[in-house]
Amino acid sequence: MSETATGGAEIDEQTRRDFLIWSTVAVGAVGTALAVWPFIDQMNPAADTLALASTEVDISQIEVGQSITVIWRGKPVFIRHRTPEEIQAAESVDLADLPDPQTDDARVQKPEWLIMVGVCTHLGCIPLGQKSGDPKGDFGGWFCPCHGSHYDTSGRIRKGPAPNNLPVPGYEFTSDSTVLIG
Amino acid sequence: MSGGTSNFQSNSRVVNWIEHRLPIFSFLDSQLHQYPTPKNLNYFWNFGSLAGIVLVIMIVSGITLAMSYTPHTDLAFTSVERIMRDVNSGWLIRYIHMNGASIFFIVVYIHIFRGLYYGSYKAPREILWMIGIFILLAMMATAFMGYVLPWGQMSFWGATVITNLFSAIPLVGDWIVQLLWGGFVVGNPTLNRFFSLHYLLPFVIVGLVFLHLWALHMHHSNNPTGVEIKDEKQDTIPFHPYYTIKDMYGLGIMLIFFAFFIFFAPNYFGHPDNYIMADPLVTPPHIVPEWYFLPFYAILRAFTSDYWVYQIISLGGGLMSAKLAGVIAMFASILVLLLLPWLGEVPSALPLLLLGVRDRLRHPRMGRRPAAGRRAGHDRPVVDVLVLLPHHHRCAAGRHPGAAETASGQHCCIGYQCTPGGGVRL
Repeated sequence: MSETATGGAEIDEQTRRDFLIWSTVAVGAVGTALAVWPFIDQMNPAADTLALASTEVDISQIEVGQSITVIWRGKPVFIRHRTPEEIQAAESVDLADLPDPQTDDARVQKPEWLIMVGVCTHLGCIPLGQKSGDPKGDFGGWFCPCHGSHYDTSGRIRKGPAPNNLPVPGYEFTSDSTVLIG
Repeated sequence: MSGGTSNFQSNSRVVNWIEHRLPIFSFLDSQLHQYPTPKNLNYFWNFGSLAGIVLVIMIVSGITLAMSYTPHTDLAFTSVERIMRDVNSGWLIRYIHMNGASIFFIVVYIHIFRGLYYGSYKAPREILWMIGIFILLAMMATAFMGYVLPWGQMSFWGATVITNLFSAIPLVGDWIVQLLWGGFVVGNPTLNRFFSLHYLLPFVIVGLVFLHLWALHMHHSNNPTGVEIKDEKQDTIPFHPYYTIKDMYGLGIMLIFFAFFIFFAPNYFGHPDNYIMADPLVTPPHIVPEWYFLPFYAILRAFTSDYWVYQIISLGGGLMSAKLAGVIAMFASILVLLLLPWLGEVPSALPLLLLGVRDRLRHPRMGRRPAAGRRAGHDRPVVDVLVLLPHHHRCAAGRHPGAAETASGQHCCIGYQCTPGGGVRL
């Protein structure tokens, strides 16, 4: 290049070449990113996985004081038919005592039915307390055996390492005896 | 590796610290940057790097497909359909992988043709050439086993036919076939091991490619004139940027060609029967391998007990069955290429090549025909290489009445133009 170009021409040549190089690099980088994306995106949940989004449950057979566990999106969902005492205990808690303040009212549609995802918000274990013989923790609700988180009769975290209450999924009562989760 | 005259220098303390312990920077500099490359290479020399890039594309798309594929006879077919319908971009990745196999063979066949046409297999590149043949064999095995994985009708019956080839081996044939199957038919154990090996072999190919490049970098690329580099300063230019940019340009052209099939004709190279789930009780009426195997399939089918070539080589049918003769001929058609470096010593074998290419092009057409097709000429590739090539080389090396001798002692023949400087040009 230096043998043929002279003075100002060399500067012009240099800037034009720089422009060509950088625009080529930019287009190449965008193209590469677009080509790489499908190979990453294929690891995201597939359409059929996303399609398994809702579960219908018959709750007519659940007696007062009983719980059942159903599977929704591969995760356990706790459905508890609460006793009047449990409802009373859940509603009478002072919000100032809660690590993750939430009224019981905000967590249920009908006070006697508590529906929530049974996955501990600490590191994903399933808390005990569904069966009558299970430890229910210091607050009469659920107790996670992995790292000792205690949940109350509204599924709120009261003691232990978990940061949040057990999450409430979207659901609706399609009749008096059935509930549609998701 | 030789040829890498690296005068690599760096001001970076980090680079120098690493370089002192692991001389990777000077290695890359000498092999990919300064690497002296003949300055007269034409576009046929693009296909080596293209093959390398397609290998990478195949490995990446294959690994991502394996994330959603299930190697079980009950689930394999539906898992592939799930990839096509439900997995994000799954259709794209599968079409890349599926058509990538065909693109890989197109690129590699042109690469091999380049080697044949320009005599790239000659001394001192014999081992380079032979490693290339082994890469081709590994590619064929990989492609075959990959075709079985979707567990369609063609997958199943292709696997049945090809594994049954081994039953032609005398005495132990049937035992070997059972060993390959892991059962009494092609079944779930077969599918599982094919998946395992289909995943393994590409990495074996990567290893072979490394040896291939190592051997290449010992004596550098051949070039269209067939005259070796004499003066590195005058006859070569550095690989980067001259050939990196040329390879990038060729890559762009190839990707356009590749993308056309992925997006506009994704099933062009395929067969509709493979979208029917494998049925061990029903053989499709017309079994054909993928296009890149058709010449070999034609050779296999050519050998019947009344074929005169078979009658000769089996001494009237006494030495071996026609089935075994067909299998031997098929493998011989590839393995004979290993002998090529010792069949002559001149830069080019043009007339022979044209014959060979004609045969190769004719064979697929024959292989695709229904089983009652004709046979004449199926033995041509082997005959051409073993009989005509040495003859051609004798002629071109000057041991022929029509040969001329140049001032520097180089021999030329009819069909070649002898240059005063001693070079030989087509």
